[in-house]
Amino acid sequence: MKAHSLKNVFWRRFKKNRLTLAGGIVVLLMFLVALLAPFISPYKPDDIDRKHILEAPSPKHPLGTDDLGRDVLSRVIWGARISLSVGFVAVGIAVVIGIMLGAVSGYYGGWMDSIIMRFIDIMLSIPTFFLILAVIAFIEPSIWNIMIVIGLTSWMGVARLVRAEVLSLKEREYVLAAKALGAADVNIIFRHIMINSMAPVFVSAVLGIAGAVLIESALSFLGIGVQPPTPSWGNILNLGKDNIEIAWWLSVFPGLAILITVLSYNLMGEGMRDALDPRLWDVEI
Amino acid sequence: MFAYLIKRLLEMIPTLFGITLISFLIIHLAPGKPTDILTELNPKITPEARERLEKMYNLDKPVIVQYGLWLKRIVKLNFGESFSTDRRPVMQKIWDKKQPLLDRRLFITLMINLITFAIILAISIPIGVSSATHQNSLYDKMMTTTVFIGFAMPSFWFALLLMMFFGVYLGWLPISGLKSLNYDALPLLGKIWDRISHLILPVFISAFGGLAGDSRFMRSSMLEVVRQDYVTVARAKGLPEKKVIYKHALRNALLPLITLIGLSVPGMIGGSVILESVFGIPGMGQLFFMSVMTRDYPMVMCILTIGGMLTLVGNLLADIGYMLADPRIRARQ
Repeated sequence: MKAHSLKNVFWRRFKKNRLTLAGGIVVLLMFLVALLAPFISPYKPDDIDRKHILEAPSPKHPLGTDDLGRDVLSRVIWGARISLSVGFVAVGIAVVIGIMLGAVSGYYGGWMDSIIMRFIDIMLSIPTFFLILAVIAFIEPSIWNIMIVIGLTSWMGVARLVRAEVLSLKEREYVLAAKALGAADVNIIFRHIMINSMAPVFVSAVLGIAGAVLIESALSFLGIGVQPPTPSWGNILNLGKDNIEIAWWLSVFPGLAILITVLSYNLMGEGMRDALDPRLWDVEI
Repeated sequence: MFAYLIKRLLEMIPTLFGITLISFLIIHLAPGKPTDILTELNPKITPEARERLEKMYNLDKPVIVQYGLWLKRIVKLNFGESFSTDRRPVMQKIWDKKQPLLDRRLFITLMINLITFAIILAISIPIGVSSATHQNSLYDKMMTTTVFIGFAMPSFWFALLLMMFFGVYLGWLPISGLKSLNYDALPLLGKIWDRISHLILPVFISAFGGLAGDSRFMRSSMLEVVRQDYVTVARAKGLPEKKVIYKHALRNALLPLITLIGLSVPGMIGGSVILESVFGIPGMGQLFFMSVMTRDYPMVMCILTIGGMLTLVGNLLADIGYMLADPRIRARQ
């Protein structure tokens, strides 16, 4: 029998939930697709073929072609790159900001805590999508800018989470001991406190990726996200809307890709959260 | 109770202040002057006219003074004039007193969100409760699956699919706008049906995601509550199960849901941009999108501020709901 280490318990619980495992596998597959896009896509994503525009799915073009005769399957495959990279970078930015502000707020308390918490309240009061749109209006809608803007508007959850974790850990004996030994604040926060509260942050990051993918696709769908000819699931859907009466395949397939991706990240995140929650651990483990 | 409300209202003031500050800064930290777009539209503008324009918007003063002056104006709900060609006051474009109530942009957005809200509450509570009382049944599992899909479903994609099916394929429902072109010629009943049929798809779409989340939340909250001692006591003293669930457990399980609803207000208001753009609904969200695209700064600042205020009002209502539902909060005063 394996040792009852946290890692073992976590992994066994994670595997036990088949849906969670399925989510994890799909996420891995999506990574492979994104990584191998140049090798597995049947056409180049921006190969224009004016003789075959808006063709329904056929063996030659399994997901049909768009209004410029580009192969939709290839564009969906390449779109995976955009979606995943936006998801990761945006969430990375959000997590870094969230950890910084949350840790400072929880560890130092006092007026810094008041100011940061008030700032979070304010950020949460302005409808996020309004905020993102307003910022994007004034900058170039490049993929980097979109990542940054999504990251800058979605760190509040992580900050609150980290603050709560820090508050609960900073009075523990081992932290006080480190303090008594004269460890620097930065050291205490990162080496002693954060290391023990990474798990919930990680879960919320996985769920955050799902959210970022949705926001990016919504922006691209509205025409202010990733700009064509770069393929993104959202901007293919934008074409789908313009051709809604004649080309169903332009709407159905990229949306399905978004749905499956977001669903998988959500399943994975929820499964991880359950696996990490000791209250849900059964006796048999 | 009254004191608590006053306290909450006072707490809202700094947040409101912050909302206006952020709305202001976003526009003013952007490269270029806000009036650039206005003068670009009219290349013949003389330097004097440009200067006058900048004076009008106080752009010759330091940013902090500009903010103060802007704040002074918006306290009186005067958000200035739109940069678009019609040059109408911003507030008038959102809430045009000359138009019937049903055609005012802010009203349209509020109406759709409130109907959505009512539907979400009416459906998600019973679903959540019955999933919890039938935990792990086939019904519960089906609901859980639906919830996960509902969470992951991009609303604009779902909208496209339904538009294709009900609008294009079956031809049952209109797919754009709030009323038909021949609306004025319709008899009264026809008018009413015309309005309703235009709302069915948008309201359904905007309710779907919230429905998933709230019923899931209701389920876990109920599961938590039925494990409490007082529920066991209620059962032990022989109360019928229906009464235990709907009278003793439900009321307590509702408390976290009220908080969640308060938190979901900004998402719904923000979501109206997508919804109204997809369905071509002339509401505040659509206006915001158009203003962003044309860099109509006064309009953008105004809707940002109003969106924040609506969120605060939503939070306050949630607080009041919480107070009504939870006697402990009332007793604390």
